[in-house]
Formats: sequence, structure tokens, C-alpha cells
Amino acid sequence: MFQVLCIFIPLLAALFMPFFFKKISSIHTGWFVLVVPIFLVIYYAMFVPTISKGDSVIAQLDWIPSLGISFVSYLDGLSLLFSILISGIGALVVLYSIFYLDRTKEQLHNFYIYLLMFMCAMLGVVQSDNMMTLYLFWELTSISSFLLIGYWNNRDKSRFGALKSMMITVAGGMMMLGGFVLLSIMGDTFSIRELIGQAAEIATNDLFAVALILILLGAFTKSAQFPFYIWLPDAMEAPTPVSAYLHSATMVKAGIYLVARFTPIFASSEIWIWLVTGIGLLTLTWGSFFALKQTDLKGILAFSTVSQLGLIMSLLGVGAIAFHVDGAQDTIFKYAAFAAIFHLINHATFKGSLFMIAGIVDHETGTRDIRKLGGLMSIMPVSFTVALIGSFSMAGLPPFNGFLSKEMFLTAMLSITEFELFNFTTWGILFPIIAWIASVFTFIYSFYFVFKTFTGKGQVDRLPHKPHEAPVGMLISPVILAALVVVLFFIPNVVADSFIKPAVMAIQPFLYSSPGQIDIHVAAWHGHITTELLMTIGIIALGLILFLTLSKWQKVYNLFPSKLTLNNLYDFIIYELFDRWVGGFSGLYMTGSIRRYLSYMLGAISISVIATLFIQDAFKVTLVGATPIRVYQIILIIVLVIGTIATVFAKSRITSIVSLGLVGYTVSLFFVMFNAPDLALTQLVIETISVALFLLAFYHLPKYKKEEERTRFRFGRAFVSIAVGAMVTLVALSAHSQKLIGSISEYYKETVYSLAGGGNIVNVILVDYRGFDTLFEIAVLSIAGIAIFGMIKLRLSRKGEKL
Amino acid sequence: MEIVMAFVCGFLFMAAIYLILSRSLLRIIIGTGLLSHGAHLLILTMGSFKGSAPPVLSEGVTDFVDPLPQALILTAIVISFGVTAFFLVLAYRAYHELKTDDMTLMKGSEDNE
Amino acid sequence: MKTNDVIIQFTAKLVFFMIFFYAVHIFFAGHYTPGGGFVGGLVTASAIVLLIVAFDLKTVQTILPINYIYMVASGLILALGTAAISMFAGKPFFTHYFDYYNLPILGKTSLHTAALFDLGVYLVVVGVTMTIIQTIGEDE
Repeated sequence: MFQVLCIFIPLLAALFMPFFFKKISSIHTGWFVLVVPIFLVIYYAMFVPTISKGDSVIAQLDWIPSLGISFVSYLDGLSLLFSILISGIGALVVLYSIFYLDRTKEQLHNFYIYLLMFMCAMLGVVQSDNMMTLYLFWELTSISSFLLIGYWNNRDKSRFGALKSMMITVAGGMMMLGGFVLLSIMGDTFSIRELIGQAAEIATNDLFAVALILILLGAFTKSAQFPFYIWLPDAMEAPTPVSAYLHSATMVKAGIYLVARFTPIFASSEIWIWLVTGIGLLTLTWGSFFALKQTDLKGILAFSTVSQLGLIMSLLGVGAIAFHVDGAQDTIFKYAAFAAIFHLINHATFKGSLFMIAGIVDHETGTRDIRKLGGLMSIMPVSFTVALIGSFSMAGLPPFNGFLSKEMFLTAMLSITEFELFNFTTWGILFPIIAWIASVFTFIYSFYFVFKTFTGKGQVDRLPHKPHEAPVGMLISPVILAALVVVLFFIPNVVADSFIKPAVMAIQPFLYSSPGQIDIHVAAWHGHITTELLMTIGIIALGLILFLTLSKWQKVYNLFPSKLTLNNLYDFIIYELFDRWVGGFSGLYMTGSIRRYLSYMLGAISISVIATLFIQDAFKVTLVGATPIRVYQIILIIVLVIGTIATVFAKSRITSIVSLGLVGYTVSLFFVMFNAPDLALTQLVIETISVALFLLAFYHLPKYKKEEERTRFRFGRAFVSIAVGAMVTLVALSAHSQKLIGSISEYYKETVYSLAGGGNIVNVILVDYRGFDTLFEIAVLSIAGIAIFGMIKLRLSRKGEKL
Repeated sequence: MEIVMAFVCGFLFMAAIYLILSRSLLRIIIGTGLLSHGAHLLILTMGSFKGSAPPVLSEGVTDFVDPLPQALILTAIVISFGVTAFFLVLAYRAYHELKTDDMTLMKGSEDNE
Repeated sequence: MKTNDVIIQFTAKLVFFMIFFYAVHIFFAGHYTPGGGFVGGLVTASAIVLLIVAFDLKTVQTILPINYIYMVASGLILALGTAAISMFAGKPFFTHYFDYYNLPILGKTSLHTAALFDLGVYLVVVGVTMTIIQTIGEDE
């Protein structure tokens, strides 16, 4: 129970942030926020001993039990690792943001509410076992990401980037929902664990491949895989703490998480392996290649994130191969999933620190344009050291953690060549080659990032601000992350035992029954020269050469046609297709005249209802069962008709109100006639009060003017009114002539005295049987009353000042 | 009687829609008033008038009319009063602000979009 | 407008009490005979409107210094609270209770929680109607 509530703690804390911001403005709101992730890290860390043994902890809170939807907090190796990453990096990012965002200038309460909302959503994504709540939290991450990217909402680029990320990730989320629904139909459950249990049967279903592709679309859009990555560079308009948190360490890894989580279900499929591995490698290469085209520091990091996400994705794809190999736990195939999780952790550390450094550079110099930067090494030594550690790790150099996982990545890619199913013998050799080329570019952009910023001649005087080292508080978080980068290199096996192996077990439950069985020992030096080591040396050699000659060949990028890009495709779809063409078409009938809309709607309703009545042969008239007509009823009807006609054609407003009153009183007489004393009484009083009300309001309203209409509209108006009248008559006649089912009020008649202890059935229905209706009705009535009160008393002038 | 009432309801609706599609705000409000009368009678008609006594328990009477439509209409009457009042105030506030009660002139102009 | 018609004012005062007691009557009778919270509320409101017509808004406000917005709110709270009572007993929302008691003077009487709910309806109806009339009337 408490375990489930922990997911919502950030959301609950968010409720108090406006209060802290407004009332305790002397203390940066971030300090209050910081408590939340720190608490969560400690809380989740307490689970580590249990989980690392291979157990899982589950807690459930029912939400809509009748539909099988509940909040489930399922902690196994994978979700615990993610939870700790989310809360741990979250704590560091909040700490960093305290110094990054100015207490007096920024709307901090908004910022931290969005951030806490995201934290809640992300914890929900990784812990939900129920696919419906997983989807709910998934979309909540998209929404909070949208709000955070657009945080500086007065900038056009922020709004553009926010909208773009929202469009793409929410579209993907909808696809994923479709996949979830299909899966739930196949397995008759929303629970992922139960689905994994029935993986074998599901795989034979016809819709299996459709569900697979839909879910992958969700994962690929979220994790910025090719060709959906285009939202991530534009998302860099967000404040840097957000980029470090959402767009490198956590949210974009939700797609990775999803692929890892569903691997046990889909690993048996050939499409899964090809798609995940292929798209992953393509993204890796594409991202690393185009990172060098960027001139914005955060742009470089965005593309590098895209590329690194591709790397992890491809590893997960290769990891699925292990499903097809007998005794895979003893072969080379076992490395892929392990490497994926290992690199995921490493990436969070080094990329997080690099983002924070980019933020510091931006903060202290006023620009992120790498062409203007340079020579900051002596001015910002600490930042430089951190950036160096991060970049070297990203490039895959020892003694940093990136080296270890990069080696394992190469091992995994090499393993594909040994796989004999699905044509991998012919095409498999391409995989390590592509991986190697991508790694060369990764090396180059890592160097490009750090050395173009911190070394070189530099034009320090021409920068917008005079640069100096960042305040200590701002440096704490990146330094911690950089320290982790180094520490992880020296104690990889400790991390492996407590975090990676349990997570691998969650991805490949078909291979292992306890984390202890995973026989992988991470080592920097294997005792002999391996292929991977040779490949790394090759990367460094070629990378260095290309980096030093970068200025000579960087012009290559200009050769790419600037019009044929994915970004232009997106712009075309959104702005040309939707805004202009579709918008232009709807402009033809959306003229802005409400009366016109109303006549369209009413006309359409009556035509379709009348047509349905005749097509379905539902229109019948019968005199059987009709009550006889009496003379006084005829008189009443004549009065009613005359009153109505007078109301419509009255020349003065007094006449029409009096005629309306006449109609109302006649209606109440009808109620008397039809044995409805309650209605008659109510109608009588209401009519009296209404007339009084109209007369009161007349004081404020103008006199009737002669209506001048264009003939065309007058004709349409008459037509629509006649059509609606005809529809109502036909429906009433049909309803009278064929009573398909008896009235449900028999029950009320029988039980009114025994169960409800009343005599007036109408009143008992109102207050007892259908009390809910009445409760809502008086609520609506109160809203109307308060709205009227508000409209009259709380008047605002045009400029928004109170009169 | 039900057959005749069906035509009466249709007539009320027709008149109401005709008024609602007019330009003057007050006519539109009166139209909604007529519309609710029509709707109330329609619900009652569709529920049939069978039964010879009001739906109130008393000695020796079992042939009640159907109470459910009446309960629905009772709430509808009160709600339509609230809505009419709301419309009236909305209309005259709009008239004060915009200096017109003509729907065609109220269409959002450039400066207050 | 300040009206000063003594005959109307005198009659209105009398009639007001007659209508008001009639309203109270149909409110309480509502469970067994025609009437109930809606009608009762409306009749009460029309009695107050009659006073307003005979005197004027300001005078009526000094006679009946009621904040109708509060009346609406208390009616809503009463209705919601009555509906929620049964939840404390573990029954579904909106379960009503009733029983028969022998009260002094009145004799055998049935007491309903539904009547409390109806009282909420009554208060809301009176409150809203009077809020509307009063605010429109006050508006210059």
C-alpha cells in the first residue's frame, strides 16, 4: 500500500509548491522539492538487498476493479533500477536547478510542479504492472515533458519544441495503447506478468505482429529512435536541468524500458529482433554522424543522446536473440542484455554530467554556440575536468565506465555473426561494421564537444558575459556524477551484482532462475588481446585523425540537401497539410455565424433521424392503446397553438412574454389533465416567477427590432424548423405506437411503500430512487445561480480591472 | 390523444427552433422557453397517458400513470428555469458590453478575438 | 422604486404568511401527497417575490436579512451530507433510512432521512431563485 503511494508522493508534494513559493519566498523552492527525491532514493535503496537476490515485491491499489484496472507497484530488478535512477538523478537535478534557476525571476512553483508531476509519472511507468495504468503514466510523462519544454513559454522556439515533442510522443503513445489493447485481448488480462506467463500462446495469435509493431512505435517515439528522433533536438529549448533529467537520463529511456519489459513476450519474434536491432543501429549511426553538424552545445548532446539510445536499443534487440539459442546462458549471446543495462546506467551518469556542464557554460558565458566558445579551460577548471571525464567516458576510453560498456557492446555486436537463424549469417557481418563506424563518430563528437568548448584560442572577450567558474552549489551535481563515472569503472561487478543482474533477469526470465546464475564478470583487461580491444584501438586511431582534420571535412554536411529533411516533413504535415489544407477546407463552412452552425446541426440531426426511421422501417402509427380525446382537451390545444403563434410573431416583447406565459400556464393545465399534480404545481409557480424574471430583465434589454433577413437564410430557417418539428412528431408517434419494453416504473410502484416508506411516487423517485439525479440537478441549479451572481456582481472592465 | 399530442409537440418544437434561429437575443431566449415546454410535453407523451390516477398512493387505487416521466420532467422544469435565467442575464450583460443584441453583429471582430 | 400602497402592503404581509405556511405544508406532505422540496422551494420564493413587489428590495432585505448564496451552499451541503450518512454504516452512497415513531402531540409519525435530503433541495431552490431575482433587481 505504502509502496503504491510512494509513486504519488511527488504529485502530493507538488500540491504544496505554490504555497512554498508564495509564502516562503526567501528560501529557494527547490530546497523543499529536494526532500522528495532524496526520500525516494533512500526508500527504494532499502529494496536493493531483496531484489538483488532475484525476488520481486508487489503491492496493489485497486482503481477500477470492475474493469481490472489497478495501480500496481511491481518492483523487480528492472523497475527498481529505473526507480533509483529516476529518484537519484532527480535529486541531483533538483539540487542543480536550485542554482540554475533564479528564485526571483522565474516562476519556480510552475517549474517544480511540472518536475514533480514528471517524477510521479515516470515512477508510475516503470513500476506499473497493469498496462492501462502504464499507459496513463506514459502519457503523463509526455504532458509534463510538454510543459517543461515550453516552460519559457514566451519564446517561440520553446512552444514549437514543446508542441513537436507532444505531437510525436503522444501519437506514439496512442499506437502503444492500441498494442496494449490487442495484447489484453489475446491474453485476457492487463497484467504484464500474466502476459509473460502466456507468451507462448500469444506468439501464435494472428494479431501478435500488429501488437508488436504498435508497441514498438510507442517505444521508438518516446526513445527518439529514427525517424522519430526529430523532437529531441527541439526539446533542448527546455531549461538545462530538464534536458539533463527528462531528455537524457529518464524519460527518453522509457522506450528502452518498454522494450526491455516486453522482451520476454516478443523475443520469439523475428520481426522484433530485426526491428529493434536494425532501428537501434541506424539511430546510433545517424545520431553520431549528425552530432558533428551541430553548433549548439545542447544540440550536440541531443544528437549524442539519440545515438546512445540507439545503441542501448540495438543491444536489447540482440539480447532477444538469446531466446532462440539453446543454452544461451553459456554462450556469447548472454552479453547483450547485460551490456544494455550497464550502458544505460553509464549513459545516465556521463550524459547527465555533460548536460549540466553545458548548462553551466550557457549560464556563465551567455551562449551555447560552439563557434563562439573556446579557451575556457583555464577560467573554468572544475567544469573542464568534469566535461573531460564525461566526454572520455562517452568516447569509450579507459579508465571510465563508458569504456567497459562500449567493449561489451562490441562483444554483443560481434556475437550476431555467430547467429544462424533469420539470415543473420549473410547480413550479420554488417552489424559489427556499422557499430564500429558509429563508435568512431561517437569518439569524434565527444572530443568535439569538450575540446572546442574548453581549449583552443577562444574569444573570451567577445562572449555575452564575462566568464568565470560556476558557483560551488551548481558544481556539486555534475561532480558527483563525474565521480560515479570513475568509480563505476573500478567497481563494475558490485554494481552488476546489485543492479544489473536482477534487471537482466527481468528481461530474460527464460534464461535464468536467479541473478546468481548470470555468469558475467566485467573486466577492463581480459588477459589477452581481444577483437574488441583491437576495434577500440582502431576507433581511437581513426577518431583522432578525423577529429584533427575535422575542419577540412566538416563541409561534407553542407552536401546534404537542406530541404529533404525529416524536420521539413514534420513541418509540412503539421503546418501545410493540417493548418492550410484541412484548415482551408473547414473554413468553407466554418463561417463564424453561430446561427448557421446551429441550423447545420439541427438540419443534420432531423434529416438523419427521419431517414433512419424510414430505412429501419421503425415508423409506425397505431391508434391502439391511445386514450380518447375530450372536448376540453381540444380547447386547451387550440389555446396552446394560438399562444405559440402569438409568441413567435409578436411585434412587441411584452406581447411575446405574455404569450409565452399563456403557453406555460396551458402546459400546466395539460399536466393536470394527464394526472401529474406535482408537475402542474411546479409549472404554475415556475411560470409565475419566470414572467417576473423576464419583466425584471426587460429593463436591461433593448426593444424588438424588425428582423431583416436575407431570403436565403429565411428559407433555410423555415426549412430547419419544419424538419425538426416533423422529426419530433414522427419520433413521438413511433414511440407511442410500439412499446418494445415495458416501463421500468412498475418496480417503483410496487416498492414505494414497502422499501421507501412514501406515498408520492414522483417525489420518492426524486429524493430516493434517483436521488443522484436530483443531487446533480441542484448542483447545476446552484452553478447557474452563482454564475448569474458572478456575471452581475463581479464585473470586469475590458482591461481586466474590477469596476 | 397521444397522436394529437405528438403533433402539438412537433408544433412547439418547430416554433421554438424558428425563434432560436433568429437574430435577436431575447427571441432566442423565448425560443428556448418554448423548446422546454415542448420537450416536457414530449417526454410525457412518449410515456403514454395510460392510467386513471395520479401516481400517489391512496386507498383502493392501483391504476396509476407512469411516475418516471413525471419525475424527469419535474427536474427538467426547474433546470430550464435556471437556464432561462442564466440566458437572460448573459444576454443583457452582452448587450451592455457590446451595445447590440444582434447575433450577426456579435460575431467576434478582429480586436477581441 | 419605493412603493407606498398601504393596502397592498398590508395584504401582502398577510398573504406572505399564508403562502409561506402553505409552502411548508406541501414540503412536508411531499412524501405522501403532491409536493416536495422543489415545489415547496418555489412557492416560498414566490412568496418572497410577492413581498418584494409590494415593498421594495431594500425593505425586504432588512426584513429578511438572508444571504441566499449561503443558503444555496448549506442546502448543497445538507443534501450531500444526507446522502453520505449511509457510507459511515458501510452502505452504498444514498441509502436512505426511515422508521415510524410515536411523537408527543403529533402522534404516530414517520421520520425519513429522505426528508433531510429534500430539505437540502428546498434550500437550494429558494436560494437560487432568490439569488437570481435579487441580483437582477439590484443591478442598475
